[in-house]
Amino acid sequence: MTKRRTWVYFIPYGLWLALFVIAPVALIIYQSFFDLGQHFTLTNYNTYFRSATYLKMTLNSVWYAFLITLFTGLISYPTAYFIHQLKHRQFWLLLVILPTWINILLKAYAFIGIFSQAGLANQFLTFIGIGPQQILFTNASFIFVATYIQIPFMILPIYNALDDLNPAFVNASKDLGASTWQTFRHVIFPLTLPGVKAGVQAVFIPSLSLFMLTRLIGGNKVITLGTAIEEHFLTTMNWGMGSTIGVVLIVAMIVVMLLTGDQKTKGGTPR
Amino acid sequence: MTQPIITLRNVTKRYGTHTILKNINLTLESGKFYTLLGPSGCGKTTILRAIAGFMSVSEGDVLFAGQRINEVPANKRNVNTVFQDYALFPHLTVAENVAFGLTLKKVAKAEIAERVAKALKLVQLAGYGDRAISELSGGQQQRIAIARAIVMAPKVLLLDEPLSALDAKLRRQMQYELRDLQQRLGITFLFVTHDQEEALAMSDEIFVMNQGEVLQSGSPVDIYDEPINHFVADFIGESNILPAKMIEDFQVAFGGHQFECADAGIPDNEPVEVVIRPEDLTLTTLDQAKLTVTIDTQLFRGDYYEIAATDTLGNDWLIHSVNPAEDGETIGITFRPQDLHVMRFGEKEAEFDARLETYEELEDDGVDET
Repeated sequence: MTKRRTWVYFIPYGLWLALFVIAPVALIIYQSFFDLGQHFTLTNYNTYFRSATYLKMTLNSVWYAFLITLFTGLISYPTAYFIHQLKHRQFWLLLVILPTWINILLKAYAFIGIFSQAGLANQFLTFIGIGPQQILFTNASFIFVATYIQIPFMILPIYNALDDLNPAFVNASKDLGASTWQTFRHVIFPLTLPGVKAGVQAVFIPSLSLFMLTRLIGGNKVITLGTAIEEHFLTTMNWGMGSTIGVVLIVAMIVVMLLTGDQKTKGGTPR
Repeated sequence: MTQPIITLRNVTKRYGTHTILKNINLTLESGKFYTLLGPSGCGKTTILRAIAGFMSVSEGDVLFAGQRINEVPANKRNVNTVFQDYALFPHLTVAENVAFGLTLKKVAKAEIAERVAKALKLVQLAGYGDRAISELSGGQQQRIAIARAIVMAPKVLLLDEPLSALDAKLRRQMQYELRDLQQRLGITFLFVTHDQEEALAMSDEIFVMNQGEVLQSGSPVDIYDEPINHFVADFIGESNILPAKMIEDFQVAFGGHQFECADAGIPDNEPVEVVIRPEDLTLTTLDQAKLTVTIDTQLFRGDYYEIAATDTLGNDWLIHSVNPAEDGETIGITFRPQDLHVMRFGEKEAEFDARLETYEELEDDGVDET
């Protein structure tokens, strides 16, 4: 009786998992073995790994995702740390989360307005006498907007890690003579590293496959894996090649997960 | 008297309108074992935090070896703390935990290794250096927390209910070890607990606290034998507390009779309270009885029987007796004059001590004359 009930509870999640996770992944893997003429082949992988263009694009993607993750991290950790010290921290946290409720396309269009020739940014640059400049469709603006969009997803896990940190550890560290900086370096940061890792997972993978922003903000100068997949599926109609890149992305995802996963540290698992 | 190592002078702590500590004055001498004893929320941990430097006081001075340290941050104070939940760093090994403070001080590697090994040996965990904190039992974590603090060679070690998470047997064992450790190291221990047994067993001096005030301080024997008021008598050990009337010096009336006692200096006919410890009551025959009681129930406690009884006026009595009684039996109880302790209502510690001094001298004189 109880066993059957538990099984029943699993149905919605099981269906979701099967229809929207397992089936698509299986389809992508399946598709990646077919060329344009619907013949079973390994050509797609061969092309991918032999083509300088694809490899360069992959490297480019990884490099930009890395930069976005790095900048997001550099901004998010201090922000999360600072918010955590504040009195009305839940309110400030809400302000951080708020932008994630707005559709990414809307935000992208807003930035087009801000960064355009007659936009706010250039009005300001003109005002201080160094404008107008070409801001939109540059790599810098792409990284800027991507970082802006990813920041909340990095702040949240770091904030939660800070919140979970037992304040007695901080007191113990100070008690043993550590300055505020030493306490941060030797106690707070290592113990909140799982939060940073979770943040990296939440930011790096989606950044690899960003495609809307590369076009709207980056002006298609940066071709990421995401852009390539979109092109293959919607423009060149080469589903097999698109799927192959998809498989590469999934593998990259697994690699990042393994790299940032909870390795058992020598001092035992962090709480 | 040597220079006190820690002094709190008129220390008050407020959070908003709530006063946590009310005008605390206490002095800790070098090399002694002190205990702050009181129920939870009495402010004992707050005192510890004020000395450790995790919290600033609203009023008054915290002195370390005569120097005011109110503004000195925690990491610059020569005191170390053993935390209630140990607060061992989970990302470091046992040895790295113990070495934490020394590494920050940039002590030479060889010396660190030597001092860590010595500290681990002192807490009987030599050879555990490479283990992860999560691999240790509660008792072992407790010892590592102590090792991590004493390796810093502090002048004062603060212990915040360090034994509360351990089981009864381990707790008793750690009581011996802590006492032993304190005597070997010769440093001042300030131990915070709500467990009166722990306090009585280990301390040189106990500060009994309630609601942000130190009610009484003194040796365990003094506090047990001569509690200042109802709260202290009730909190420390088991006791029979009865309303009474002071007839004159060394004569007190309760339970419908008048008895000789060892207390004086109280105005005649003042309403007071009398404490008698259960182990000071002896069961006897009715013709030798000072009071007659009827046995209600008894519990066998291993080394004694705990007997609950009621006297003819309806007062409840708790008696510890080596021999059992019979339920429903009417039996006599007796006690010696020095087993009675008279407490005045609202008497402060200073007045109490002064009064005790006057008649204890008197007693001594009496002995001399005979």
